Amino acid sequence: MLRLEGVEAAYGLSRVLHGVTIEAREGEVVSLLGRNGAGKSTTLKAIVGLVEVTGGSISLGGRDITALPTHEISQLGIGWVPEDRRIFSDLTVEENLLVGAKGGTRWGASRVYEYFPKLGQLAGRRGGSLSGGEQQMLTVARTLMGNPRILLLDEPSEGLAPVVVQALGHQIAALKREGLTILLSEQNLKFAARLADRAYIIEKGEIRWEGAMARLLEDEAARRAFLTV
Amino acid sequence: MSLLFVQLLSGLANAMFLFLIASGLSLIFGVTRIVNFAHGSFYMLAAYFTYSLSAMLPLGPVAFYAAALVAAFLVAGLGGLVEVLLLRRVYRAPELYQLLLTFALVLVVADAVRFVWGADNKTGPAAPGLAGSVPIAGQLFPSYDLAVIVFGPLVALGLWLVFHRTRWGILIRAATQDREMVAALGVDQRRLFTGVFVLGSFLAGLGGALQVPRLALTTVMDTTVIVEAFVVVVIGGMGSVWGALLASLVIGVLNAYGVLVLPKASIVLMFIVMAVVLIIRPWGLLGRPEVLLRAAGGAVAGERRAPWHPAWLAAVGLVLLALPLLLPTFWVWMAIEIFAFALFAASLHLLMGTGGMVSFGHAAYFGLGAYGAALLLQLAGWPMPLAFLAGPVVAAAAAAVFGYFSVRLTSIYFAMLTLAFAQIVFAVVHQWDEVTGGDNGVLSVWPPPWLKSPVRYYYWALVFAGTGVVLLRLVAASPFGLALRAVRDHARRAEAVGINIRALQWTAFVVAGFFAGLAGAIFVFLKGSVFPVYTEAPMSVQPLVMVLLGGVGAPSGPLIGAAAYKLLDTVITRYTDYWQVGLGGILIALVLAFPRGIAGVLDWRRS
Repeated sequence: MLRLEGVEAAYGLSRVLHGVTIEAREGEVVSLLGRNGAGKSTTLKAIVGLVEVTGGSISLGGRDITALPTHEISQLGIGWVPEDRRIFSDLTVEENLLVGAKGGTRWGASRVYEYFPKLGQLAGRRGGSLSGGEQQMLTVARTLMGNPRILLLDEPSEGLAPVVVQALGHQIAALKREGLTILLSEQNLKFAARLADRAYIIEKGEIRWEGAMARLLEDEAARRAFLTV
Repeated sequence: MSLLFVQLLSGLANAMFLFLIASGLSLIFGVTRIVNFAHGSFYMLAAYFTYSLSAMLPLGPVAFYAAALVAAFLVAGLGGLVEVLLLRRVYRAPELYQLLLTFALVLVVADAVRFVWGADNKTGPAAPGLAGSVPIAGQLFPSYDLAVIVFGPLVALGLWLVFHRTRWGILIRAATQDREMVAALGVDQRRLFTGVFVLGSFLAGLGGALQVPRLALTTVMDTTVIVEAFVVVVIGGMGSVWGALLASLVIGVLNAYGVLVLPKASIVLMFIVMAVVLIIRPWGLLGRPEVLLRAAGGAVAGERRAPWHPAWLAAVGLVLLALPLLLPTFWVWMAIEIFAFALFAASLHLLMGTGGMVSFGHAAYFGLGAYGAALLLQLAGWPMPLAFLAGPVVAAAAAAVFGYFSVRLTSIYFAMLTLAFAQIVFAVVHQWDEVTGGDNGVLSVWPPPWLKSPVRYYYWALVFAGTGVVLLRLVAASPFGLALRAVRDHARRAEAVGINIRALQWTAFVVAGFFAGLAGAIFVFLKGSVFPVYTEAPMSVQPLVMVLLGGVGAPSGPLIGAAAYKLLDTVITRYTDYWQVGLGGILIALVLAFPRGIAGVLDWRRS
């Protein structure tokens, strides 16, 4: 469904991605693993048009989206959940959700509240006053409001308490059961292993390993080379 | 007691106007990050539209009100048009070019207004039904002002409803905080930006239209109001509409009482408030810190490294040496003026080009150099060469004091604090009649007889301006200059490397102030007089335009820019009274077509 073909990207003069080729098929959860600064976030930003793509191509369902502006990429069904969450802290939870709404049918505020009951209780609270875990829920919920065909999750488990990470894992697993396609960027292999069908390992802006998640769990050499610090 | 109460009411009425204008300005900045100088021009246009329309519309008593509304809508439409046709092209350009573009619009609109309505003041109609006064606490108070006091909060309430009860308003609040995220959620920014410009311009238009019964219309009401509106926006916090409301009330009421206590200090009062607020709370009362890593002014594309070819330099030097022997006197004067401004612009270039610190108040140091030299010559009786050299020292001393506070701030807040200090300097030289002569200025400040001939003063100016420019270049190319650029490009990293950012920028500020003062000293002995306008905002804008005209990224930019600006000014003024349209048009074309300035174009042709 989503396909990156030899994508190169740069921040100004410093090149960050050197020909990244990855694919996420319909209904699949794919994990993009790698250390800090390996290029995970940049890959996701390149997909949504927030980083200038200097080479290669990105397509969604066969349609080339490489040069489209960010809002059109979003409207085509790519839902990006940024690493630093980027909650609108002055807006209430309800208003945050409203910004993400695109008038589709699958997800609405009531459905989102059903999924994340905690958010329903916090509907009138300012986004900035939420805890880290609540903010993470809100940022996922906000993106779901736009009825994405594919969800790009950027290190959702980062900086959260273990019990919160576990709850988040259950929620993502539930989304997977609904058939949502997910591209999950992670450093936390344990977290990704529970959710992902396949995995890519990125290192210094290049894909160094790819294959089924189960295989990665057996391939200690690859894990040691690219993942452990 | 009753006087105090009536003053309070009149302060509130003024506050409501400030709020109308400043809220639109703040709104536009918050979402688009454009500092819209043309906001005051929209305000002025709406006032003139109302003036003409209320005479034309055959609606009897409601003609004024209908005219005011139509004018506000016209201006709103115009704002939308400007956004779509011009500003949309420069959102990705460095902030400076956006400033230059909106400044060019100010020039164009100002001349258009002079062309259509003439330069003389106009008095608009009284507001039908509200023309009289009502007795309040034993004093007569204009009914119209009372109506304004009621109307202002209604507008605020309307805005609140839009921002909290409509999806569009919620999107605007979200975009003020993080417009990239809003785009990533599928919202088309372009439509949002256009909408914000229309709403902001409408508010400016409403403010201008409703001023008609209270104020005489003048062709300078645009610049007067934009400065006040900026002060309010900065005090309140850029992008915060409620901050603008709070700051409007503070400034409006403070001014009303300030006039009673310190009538002479009334002009500076709001600048003092702004300076204090910025020093204590750098992001304004209700603003929030910017999370930008890069200094806003520092986004300079395509910087070149001193490619002054020796042969080129020698040729230029020979031409400059021969020039006064070949040119008629008028052009010799002209050349000296260009030298002074080239040095002035080069000193600003050290701040904004190399240092990424855009100052809106650089004229303060130019003016202090001029005043320092003039007063030491006239009042202290110093010989001219000594007074001439002391001028820049005076300027550097002031720069040391003002710079100490200014370098604590970044981007637009730095710009506004420098402006505030310049306005304070202006107020002091303007009001301190006994020493500075106030409006009359200091006259007969001439060089001694041995230097008085144009040709001799030409060489004097050439030596000092030339030395100044070369020294500034050396400073920029030195390790000190490199460290300045490092701070400009990434303040945090530079700090992590061990650079003392504030000390570095403070030093640069003082150096820039010194050379601006030298430029002022050269200028004052050319003109033989100095006036308060030398320290005022328009004087600060000139070197800014010169640097941008020449190209921020180029070392020779300020020199080329100063020559081009002064020559254009002189040539266009010869053929028409409406030189601002010409200059504005050229600036717009330049920003849209050649965002790297004249030097950038030359560079591009060469390569």
